[in-house]
Amino acid sequence: MWDWFHRLGSPKYFYGFAGALVPWLAGLCVILFAVGLYLGLVIAPSDYQQGDSYRIIFVHVPSAWMSMFVYVLMAIFAAIGLIWRVKLTAILATASAPIGASFTFLALATGSIWGKPMWGTWWVWDARLTSELILFFLYLGFIALQTAIPDRQTAWRAASILLLVGVVNIPIIHYSVDWWYTLHQPATITKFDTPSIHLSMLIPLLIMAVAFKVFYITVLLSRARAEILDRERKTHWVQDLVRSEQI
Amino acid sequence: MSEFFHMGGYAAYVWSAYGLSVAVLVLNVIAARKRNLNVKREIKKLGTAVQ
Repeated sequence: MWDWFHRLGSPKYFYGFAGALVPWLAGLCVILFAVGLYLGLVIAPSDYQQGDSYRIIFVHVPSAWMSMFVYVLMAIFAAIGLIWRVKLTAILATASAPIGASFTFLALATGSIWGKPMWGTWWVWDARLTSELILFFLYLGFIALQTAIPDRQTAWRAASILLLVGVVNIPIIHYSVDWWYTLHQPATITKFDTPSIHLSMLIPLLIMAVAFKVFYITVLLSRARAEILDRERKTHWVQDLVRSEQI
Repeated sequence: MSEFFHMGGYAAYVWSAYGLSVAVLVLNVIAARKRNLNVKREIKKLGTAVQ
């Protein structure tokens, strides 16, 4: 097991491993989205307060969860990278950034679309919305920092520190709805007592959450492969591989 | 069926949120593929230039 883990750390091995996994994950993703959307849009009843507008929850909440999950994962990669200097961590974090940023954008945008009919406004400077917007800027900052510094090692070191410092924002996002009780509704699912949502709505929400997670892993692996080729371009295996392929 | 698309009067909001979600997911896939292709093309070009 440990040996396999070690081999996985080598970019060449990871490239092949990820390539074999991507089609299966993509298939799983399609099934999960199909089931989740069917249950969420067709089967789940409408909400007694919000009518059918609440159905935005099935894309809003999973993307918001993923926006935080991806960031925390990137920060973990940064910590591992700083301590053990594993090559793969930089690759995985760099490949994660645009996906995480897109989820954050989606969480903000769908939230805004949901806010209009329910709150009567597209945007308020509420703590939850503001901290999520800061998360979006943290992603952009990470991407900008990496492209701004030409030396890869230095860029990754600097970007790692940004990631680690930015982690403080994550608990702020999570607890913002309790600390500053304003417009955004408090947590529905991640409460310690029973979730205040009916099963017919909870199940599609969880399926959509898993679908988003599998989607992230699929795109991450695919992006990581490109990143590996880019960084290992001088090696024989990459040269051979690219030469043998028709592009 | 039309009731389904009507979304209890919230059609504009619900469908624009879902449309945007689909767009973001599809763009993610396209961007990843494009990046893959670009990197390979670049390496191929530089590789032949060296030889």
